[in-house]
Amino acid sequence: MTERRLTVANLHSWYGESHILHGAEFHVNRGEVVTLLGRNGAGKTTTMRALMGVLRKRTGTATLDGHDLLATAPHRIARLGLGYVPEERGIFSSLTVAENLVLPPIVRSGGMNVAQIHDLFPNLKGRDRIIGTRLSGGEQQMLAIARILRTGADFILLDEPTEGLAPVIVEDIARALGTLKSLGLTIILVEQNIRFAVANADRHYVMEQGRIVNEFTNEALKADMSRIDAYLGV
Amino acid sequence: MPDIFGVPVVVLLGQIMLGLINGSFYAVLSLGLAVIFGMLNVINFAHGAFYMFGAFVTWLCLSYLGLNYWASLIVVPVVVGAFGVLVERLALRHLYRIDHLYSLLFTFGLALAMEGLFRYVFGSAGKPYPVPEALTGIFNLGFMILPIYRAWVIVASVTVCLLVWLVIEKTRLGAWLRAATENPSLVTAFGINVPLLLTLTYGFCVGLAGFAGVLAAPIYQVSPGMGSNLIIVVFAVVVIGGLGSIGGSILTGLALGVIEGLTKTFYPSGSTMVIFVVMVLVLIVRPAGLFGRET
Amino acid sequence: MTTLVTSILSTLNRPWLKWGALVALALALLIAPFAVYPLFLMNVFCLALFASALNLVLGYAGLLSLGHAAFFGGAAYVTAHAAKAWGLPFELSVLLGVVFAAVLGLIFGLIGIRRYGIYFAMITLALAQMIYFLAVQMPFTNGEDGIQSVPRGMLLGLIDLSDIRAMYFVVLALVVVGLMAIWRFVHSPFGHVLAAIRENEPRAVSLGLDVARYKLIAFVLSAGLSGLAGSLKVLSFQLAALNNVSWHLSGEVVLMTLIGGLGTFAGPIIGSAFVVALEHVLTTSGLPVSLVIGVIFMACVMLFRRGIWGETRARITAMLERRQ
Repeated sequence: MTERRLTVANLHSWYGESHILHGAEFHVNRGEVVTLLGRNGAGKTTTMRALMGVLRKRTGTATLDGHDLLATAPHRIARLGLGYVPEERGIFSSLTVAENLVLPPIVRSGGMNVAQIHDLFPNLKGRDRIIGTRLSGGEQQMLAIARILRTGADFILLDEPTEGLAPVIVEDIARALGTLKSLGLTIILVEQNIRFAVANADRHYVMEQGRIVNEFTNEALKADMSRIDAYLGV
Repeated sequence: MPDIFGVPVVVLLGQIMLGLINGSFYAVLSLGLAVIFGMLNVINFAHGAFYMFGAFVTWLCLSYLGLNYWASLIVVPVVVGAFGVLVERLALRHLYRIDHLYSLLFTFGLALAMEGLFRYVFGSAGKPYPVPEALTGIFNLGFMILPIYRAWVIVASVTVCLLVWLVIEKTRLGAWLRAATENPSLVTAFGINVPLLLTLTYGFCVGLAGFAGVLAAPIYQVSPGMGSNLIIVVFAVVVIGGLGSIGGSILTGLALGVIEGLTKTFYPSGSTMVIFVVMVLVLIVRPAGLFGRET
Repeated sequence: MTTLVTSILSTLNRPWLKWGALVALALALLIAPFAVYPLFLMNVFCLALFASALNLVLGYAGLLSLGHAAFFGGAAYVTAHAAKAWGLPFELSVLLGVVFAAVLGLIFGLIGIRRYGIYFAMITLALAQMIYFLAVQMPFTNGEDGIQSVPRGMLLGLIDLSDIRAMYFVVLALVVVGLMAIWRFVHSPFGHVLAAIRENEPRAVSLGLDVARYKLIAFVLSAGLSGLAGSLKVLSFQLAALNNVSWHLSGEVVLMTLIGGLGTFAGPIIGSAFVVALEHVLTTSGLPVSLVIGVIFMACVMLFRRGIWGETRARITAMLERRQ
């Protein structure tokens, strides 16, 4: 029995005057890893920012576990269990690694403690007092994911976690993602790296010009990767 | 007693002490300005007016409510801070999205209005405020005589500055503040109410200016013009220190107070201007200020 | 009613009406000193020039100076001293004041022009306060008393300016010359570059423009014209005093510009007339001037950022557009 967690319908959003999302429609079930694929500028990141309330100018509906996200104050959205790992990681340069890690408040029980986080990302161990942005790109990515895991968020928005990372590090991130999935977390993943997406997700949505234009199960995409090529223009 | 360049050491030390007192006020006020600027991107011109307001409330508390100095030390910052919260909620928050110059102009108008109001109601003349009983008297340090109240002012303001510095640099709340300075929308997405944080920061820093006003009441005459005279010097201090660093603004404030004191000893007529001269020199050598980052 | 308004508005676009209005204004200014207290009008003229000069940097170049009183008051002291202590003729005294203000502007500018926005505001404020303290301490300014009964002298050695109406027309003429200089400057290629810098400074830099130099030239011109305003005021009132160099005046002139309309030609003129008239009313009514000024300042920032003239102009344009 699948339980619907997030339902998005007719979502529009604007950056200032420019209209970016033109009625996006999709849903995510409990425990699923769902990707948003598409070219740069298709509206993937904008979708995440609209859901998190980082972008305030939006219309349509987005319901998480029965809560209307568009009617929720931006600082209350995290309390619904939604954790955000932004594009470019969002590590703060005026905070140490430890401060970055404990920055987001705990939103519900069941989050990882620091020891568990260090088990998952051994690279972060013993680096507490370093300035967050002095870490390597991969370590910053781990830190960005780790700080959300600590909060107990059970629905995670991951924006391009593998961008610009070396293949070895990408494997680490993939392993972490597997752990999260096995813990039953629900994840939306924005990804440019199709191979990474296919290896780690259950379902895929394709975005184009601010709309969802197609949907694939992972099996379908695995069977014929060329189906996505037309959309990504590879 | 030996002389230094013809000035007796006793006189010199006395002037350095006086300088440190002025420096304490510079430090408390420029610290507040720096934190407000860091968080809200507002140059709070009304900071001097809030300081004056604090001194006046202290005087009013004693004259009309019989509230003594020690009670004022708690009550006044709260009253002034609450007024600051109102100002932020009703006005400043609507100006964050437009050019920073408008919030500067708004607080400029506020400073004018507050000064004008107090001048209208209480007149321009200074009101004396007695030094609290427990702090009267002097320390005889052997090489110089130090009034206890002055020592208290220095200790109290340096302590408050250090506490604020510790909270900002070493606590979780401080981490939120620093993170919100850097990327407010991400901090909001983590579940922190950033607009509330901004309101409280403004209220707290304005309360700090009120606290400085309480400290100042027994030293300087309580008068409507006391804030605007001070705030312009504090602006110069802020330009010298740069707005980037909390610790930097505390150090710069104290150091400039001492420099001013020394100038008073060796070249009295230059003492009102020395801080501005230092500002010009610093701007020529290091345009971003001593602790500032180039913007 | 609306058709009446729109038909009136549409005639505003006809050139003959513009010229007609100018001629009417000129006539009014010629008759005015015989109907209204001339010193009041001269005060308005001087402050109108001062506010317009500030507008040159604030409205057209986007530089907030909180220290313009240093140029106005500094020139006032220099002119007063030249006329009284050195006995220099009218023209030379005014010229000295203007040159002093322009040089001071150059110094302020060289120190502060590379710092952006609010830093520039704080630096100009602090530098101007330095000038204020100098004015308090230097012997020739007489501190709190100021320089009193400054002689106005003779214009070109022919016309005795101690006659208030003669002085009125001289002030009027020089202020008009100053305003025309601003008009020419703003509408010159140089002015267009300045506007481009204000709109998008990084773009201007990437086009290879020496942004700091453009700003500096505008700032020096603005300082010089502020000095002209200060010199004329001191000779009109025959008194140079500390309030001409105080930060309150620096703030007030920003208010005049803001309340009239930043970046418009007529705005600062209207704004200064409004503020001077208001202060006149307030001082006679016994209400606290700086309280009211401060409240207007806040209201202006919160509700009325385009100013009187900016708002009016925007409404007229909107109405004309709707009609077409």
